[in-house]
Amino acid sequence: MSVASPSPAATGHGVAVAFEDMHRWYGSVHALRGLSLEIAPGELIALLGPSGCGKTTALRALGGLDEVDQGRILVGGKDMTRVPANKRNMGIVFQAYSLFPNMTARDNVAYGLRLRGVDGAKRKKKAEETLELVGLGAQASRYPHQMSGGQQQRVALARALAIEPSVLLLDEPLSALDAKVRRQLREEIRRIQIMVGITTLFVTHDQEEALAMGDRVGVMSAGRLEQIAAPAELYDRPATKFVAEFVGLTNRIPGRTDGSDVEVLGTRVPLLPGATDRGAVQVLVRPENVRLAAADGGTGRVLAVSFLGSLCRAQVALPDETIVVAQMSATESAGLYPGATVNVSVVPAPVFAVAE
Amino acid sequence: MARAGNYLALVPFHGYVGLFLILPTLIVAVGAFTTAGGSLTLDNVSSVFTSSVFLDAFVKSIQLAVITAIAGAIFGGLLAWAVARGNPNGLLRQFVIAASGVLAQFGGVMLAFAFLATFGFSGLVTVFIKNQLGVVLDMSWLYTLTGLAVVYTYFQIPLMLIVFLPSLDGMRQEWYDASASLGGGSWAFWRYVGGPILAPSFLGAVLLLFTNAFSAYATAAALISQGCPIITLEIGCQMQSEIVLGQENVGKALALGMIVIVSAVMAVYALIQRRASRWAQ
Amino acid sequence: MSQAPGFEYAAAAQDGGALISKRPKGAGKGRRTPLSQRAARIVVLVLVLGYLILPLFAMLEFSTRGDFDRTTKTFGRTLDSFAAIFSNDDLMTSIITSLEIAVLTVFGMLVLLVPTMVWTVVRVPRMRRVVEFLCLLPLAIPAIVIVVGIAPIYRWMGQNLGGFGASALTLAFIDVILVLPYSYRAIDSSLRSIDTATLSDAARSLGAGWPRTIFSVIVPNIRGGILSASVLAIALVLGEYTISSLLSFNTVQVVIYLLGKRNPYVSVAVSLAALVFAFVLLFVISRFAPGADSRAQRAEEEPA
Repeated sequence: MSVASPSPAATGHGVAVAFEDMHRWYGSVHALRGLSLEIAPGELIALLGPSGCGKTTALRALGGLDEVDQGRILVGGKDMTRVPANKRNMGIVFQAYSLFPNMTARDNVAYGLRLRGVDGAKRKKKAEETLELVGLGAQASRYPHQMSGGQQQRVALARALAIEPSVLLLDEPLSALDAKVRRQLREEIRRIQIMVGITTLFVTHDQEEALAMGDRVGVMSAGRLEQIAAPAELYDRPATKFVAEFVGLTNRIPGRTDGSDVEVLGTRVPLLPGATDRGAVQVLVRPENVRLAAADGGTGRVLAVSFLGSLCRAQVALPDETIVVAQMSATESAGLYPGATVNVSVVPAPVFAVAE
Repeated sequence: MARAGNYLALVPFHGYVGLFLILPTLIVAVGAFTTAGGSLTLDNVSSVFTSSVFLDAFVKSIQLAVITAIAGAIFGGLLAWAVARGNPNGLLRQFVIAASGVLAQFGGVMLAFAFLATFGFSGLVTVFIKNQLGVVLDMSWLYTLTGLAVVYTYFQIPLMLIVFLPSLDGMRQEWYDASASLGGGSWAFWRYVGGPILAPSFLGAVLLLFTNAFSAYATAAALISQGCPIITLEIGCQMQSEIVLGQENVGKALALGMIVIVSAVMAVYALIQRRASRWAQ
Repeated sequence: MSQAPGFEYAAAAQDGGALISKRPKGAGKGRRTPLSQRAARIVVLVLVLGYLILPLFAMLEFSTRGDFDRTTKTFGRTLDSFAAIFSNDDLMTSIITSLEIAVLTVFGMLVLLVPTMVWTVVRVPRMRRVVEFLCLLPLAIPAIVIVVGIAPIYRWMGQNLGGFGASALTLAFIDVILVLPYSYRAIDSSLRSIDTATLSDAARSLGAGWPRTIFSVIVPNIRGGILSASVLAIALVLGEYTISSLLSFNTVQVVIYLLGKRNPYVSVAVSLAALVFAFVLLFVISRFAPGADSRAQRAEEEPA
């Protein structure tokens, strides 16, 4: 599935993209506050953040659909900041409903080629090849309203790729789809992206999607980039409080810190840089870093247990009524049932702590 | 038993519509082919086709309806565009929609008086120009077909707005953005995407406006006091004038002619609507 | 890798509301509209709205005219024409007649339409298309045609039903037909906005009979549609001229027309008053009745 390092398949015609100190105001709203970002050729960057964080604005600015008030956009070293959308040669896949309803799938895909003056037979062939690539060769003559949401988004992807764009922009392309289709399609998009080797910016509010697809994931908040890192690093070593809380499920457990370590549930755990380093704190602990051991007279009381296939997740109340979620493999869950008493401890992996 | 009871509950509605809508329509249809005595005849219908007065009235009605439908569609369409471009929650939009709802129904006597108060012999514009510029304008055009076209356009514009605005609202920003990202400018978008998508609803609206003007009676009756130049006035004249022996049912033949034309246009309209709604997903 | 399966929990709801939005976030506040397009928009608004407003303004000017001043070449301003409305017996009688017809029309329309439409939704859905067709049929049969066909029926009623048959109030029979398309749409959009079938199943499972289900459960939920259907009916009756003039009944429009030949100032004053009345009524309804104007409502539901 996801690859942690820059894509090994980046051998295609991908180009480098750079945002330099981009600012954007909507009236008094400061939507981008000095966003800087570099995307390597062929790399897939996922921009993740809550709605209104500026991620879509950044994507639209790269696509030429929105302007920046300050800063530069470089593509392949060339300044594209003032180039209009229809001269940028970028393929964009939108959230939903972006297919032209008056055209068949084939005509939708051929649209960009038609505007480039490619002759009829040639663009039909190219359109059908591209539809083949997304697995819809047989549906070429269908209209959008005759296709499912997932199929429509595949056509939209084919349409964006058919013009052989310099950069591929994906604006929450999966968010209107059912969970199952969403997962299937995201793997397929990733496969095609690696195959084509195209530099890609993918915007989403779904962290599972971002972590699964991105070579690197950028977390945005209030118009700024909080952190950009490979998925595993983002998860294990969040750089800011926002990232620590936004990415992944996190427990907040009271602890005390003396500067370099923090004491939580009787274990000394190293602190990540940027964490609050004095006095009573809330320690942000991942559920899989919480250990439960069934024991009579344990301090924790199990409230609920849920099985998620090979994983098991349990909610435990601590003596001070803090509720902690622990996650473990199903085989480790013996002896856990609602009402059971357990001993709770944490794994000494580096953690983030915030002031109480 | 229970099944039959279910249908029985619909009898009052069907009975009422049958008595006050279907029966009159049948009286028109049957009357068009019978004499006053009740025997079958084709004279009524053939007199519609042989009388230059009747044919002329039909032609003028159709001309009037076509011209005001197109004028109303263009100006109303532009107004709808201007409204659709604005703030979807703005006051302008709410005001224009509410006003259009009233003005589209604002036909008949009141509308005629509104135009008399504007362009009549002592109307606002006429008096203003006379007093300020010293020019006495000839405003007699108001009482002719030209005037009728100007007045009809007045209620066609708001009707167009009501009918067409939803289609414009249905245009998605994504379509424009997608077209732009694929290399299309404004012209390419309207040529290949926007135009074809809006065409059916625009055409449908024109047809609706056509039947609206073609069927109108009150406005014309209030404005035009001499002669019966259009078909609705002609039918009114037939009803009110002394009945010539053997011509009692000519009015019904004229009315049947109207039904045929309006039904044909509405049938095309229904077909177009179906096509338009198919794309609406 | 190992952490991936658990994430659905926190993520899913983050942005849920935006998914059904028709416009993408940031659309409309993207690239600035070109100056030429903004100018064109203003020109269109000024010209077309100007054309629509001019006659209305002229009515106001015309109906408030007083004496002409020869030196300043302007008219004095007076409300005499509006006052004259109330001292004109013919006019007042016709206004009352038309209001009575309006009340009867609203009553008849509701009695005929509401139970029938509810019934087709909950009991005989296959008849829904038929009822819809019949309700929209008056759009395809011009009023003038209905008059031609109904005149013999009214002649018969006038001759055989005594005072009732000759009363202007019988116009309500035809006005109910004329208002069907508009009332049908108003009520239909209300019925579609609630799950009528489930609602009536629920009421009946709780022990309500059909009359009770319709009148105390469904009707209160479609009152917006009923309200706007009623207002449309009132507006239609007060503006109706074709049928009453050709059947020789003195409704308000017929009297306004006749009066206009002698005293256009009063006629214009009444017309303006009627128009303002209708506008205020419809504007209030479209602002406050749920489902009364589905378009305006849709615009409001759509996030900016």
